[in-house]
Amino acid sequence: MNLLKRCLGIFWLLLGPLSMGYLIFEACQKISAHPVQDVYLPWIIIIIVFLPVAIGLMVFGYYALKGEYDV
Amino acid sequence: MNQINRNLYRVIGASSLGTLIEWYDFYIFGSLATIISSKFFPPGNPTAAFLATLATFAAGFIVRPFGALVFGRLGDLVGRKYTFLVTLVIMGGATFCIGLIPDYNSFKAAPLVVLLLRLLQGLALGGEYGGAATYVAEHSPEHRRGYFTSWIQTTATLGLFVSLAVILICQRSMSTAAFEDWGWRIPFLLSIGLVGVSVLIRMKMQESPLFSRLKAEGKTASNPLKESFGHKANLKMVLLALFGATMGQGVVWYTGQFYTQTFLLKICSLEAAQVNTWIGIALLLATPFFVIFGALSDKIGRKTIMLTGMLLAVFCYRPIFKAFHSMSDTSLKTIASSSADAGRTADDKPAVVNTIHYTDGSKLVSTQLQSADNLREIKKVVTLGDDHRWKFVGLIFVLVLFVTMVYGPIAAFLVELFPIHIRYTSMSLPYHIGNGVFGGLVPFIGTLMYEYSKTPANPGGDILAGLWYPIGIAAVCFVIGILYLTRRHSVH
Repeated sequence: MNLLKRCLGIFWLLLGPLSMGYLIFEACQKISAHPVQDVYLPWIIIIIVFLPVAIGLMVFGYYALKGEYDV
Repeated sequence: MNQINRNLYRVIGASSLGTLIEWYDFYIFGSLATIISSKFFPPGNPTAAFLATLATFAAGFIVRPFGALVFGRLGDLVGRKYTFLVTLVIMGGATFCIGLIPDYNSFKAAPLVVLLLRLLQGLALGGEYGGAATYVAEHSPEHRRGYFTSWIQTTATLGLFVSLAVILICQRSMSTAAFEDWGWRIPFLLSIGLVGVSVLIRMKMQESPLFSRLKAEGKTASNPLKESFGHKANLKMVLLALFGATMGQGVVWYTGQFYTQTFLLKICSLEAAQVNTWIGIALLLATPFFVIFGALSDKIGRKTIMLTGMLLAVFCYRPIFKAFHSMSDTSLKTIASSSADAGRTADDKPAVVNTIHYTDGSKLVSTQLQSADNLREIKKVVTLGDDHRWKFVGLIFVLVLFVTMVYGPIAAFLVELFPIHIRYTSMSLPYHIGNGVFGGLVPFIGTLMYEYSKTPANPGGDILAGLWYPIGIAAVCFVIGILYLTRRHSVH
């Protein structure tokens, strides 16, 4: 179980930047297709809000990888 | 009942009443989002106005983690009692002021003032919950902490219920035009009286015994923020609480109680009073289960109950919401009679009002705008027949039951995860990021995902697209929770 927790740590570590990259990519696509306030405002809110959460997920993944959650 | 239990129930009553009022204050804004958007945001594009309101709604949630930091720190330094007295006064004052703001037509700064007051509400709520949960938990015996703190957990749902009930009473006691003109202000203005009563009750309460002892021994934290988030031993527990519990709990909570309302009103086009009544009944029926699951968590563990609730939500959301849509889909019903009348829109343009009655007792009123060469539907309201009532109430009840499973034991779970001297700060932040950010954005992101699912090939969009967000978050949280949360973490 501890090995699985550590291995998944890599996944959580990568999930943070990957999800942010996906969000930013989607935002650029949608905003460039319709560059109006109704479109860019929600995307800016979502990206600003989830950025620190994604960093937190990376830190969580790092701790998991280092065995901080081992039993 | 002995003296200790009597005192404990008095503590629970006083804490719960204040927290209930805070939730009530917070939710009347969301429940009246459609009217507020037409009053305070520049008219023209209804979708923009609706999104603007939701954005304001989200702003109320986004600042909650900051409220958790500000008031959590204060609570760990000064004490639980005085901190949640301050949050209660800020919340009541902000709510009352929203009810006093003139419309956008006569006061152009109205959107900004509404946003600022909403931010204040979010800050206050961020400080309130952690204080109340910690306060009750620190009065409770350890082996019954789940049961006693679960009373605090009922307040969020009861606050929503009371807000819906007050709105319904106001709607039913005046004409629709009067309610939309000035009647919607009453629920906001009522808040000041409720808060006044609650402040008086809370003033008579004593400080938490565990915190008082800590303070007397000079062992309170000197810098709760640094000790909570600057030290790896505590930070890793904060992250675990967020990603393994509160993140999933937040999306399940807001999907069950808020996205359901948005879905039934916006996507199924059901009549507001009917939807609010059904949600109110389901909330009332499901509320005792917060206490049942809280008490059960003392016996079989918090993790088992919370993660079961998340897993059930992941698998049941799509079938339940699909059933909502098919039951309200008028294209599947048989027409009994129909009529078309000439009318005018709210801004006095010529319109055609079609009324269709169906054999199952349902009714569709569709308002079409008369332009030069065609008719364009601008409003559609479906009122379902009585046969559907208990099916809807039953399904909403099931959704709220998932909420009670994930939410009933969470206060005890969080309190037990962190040491007393930094408990208020440490538990408040993951709770409010989970609830406020992940949960609070469910209606906003759900509506956005539904809008983006509309394509030229499928102009109606995928009605269930908005559910992928809560399903995805709850699934990730379940995996993290099942793997990383252990009983060892809950016996600090």
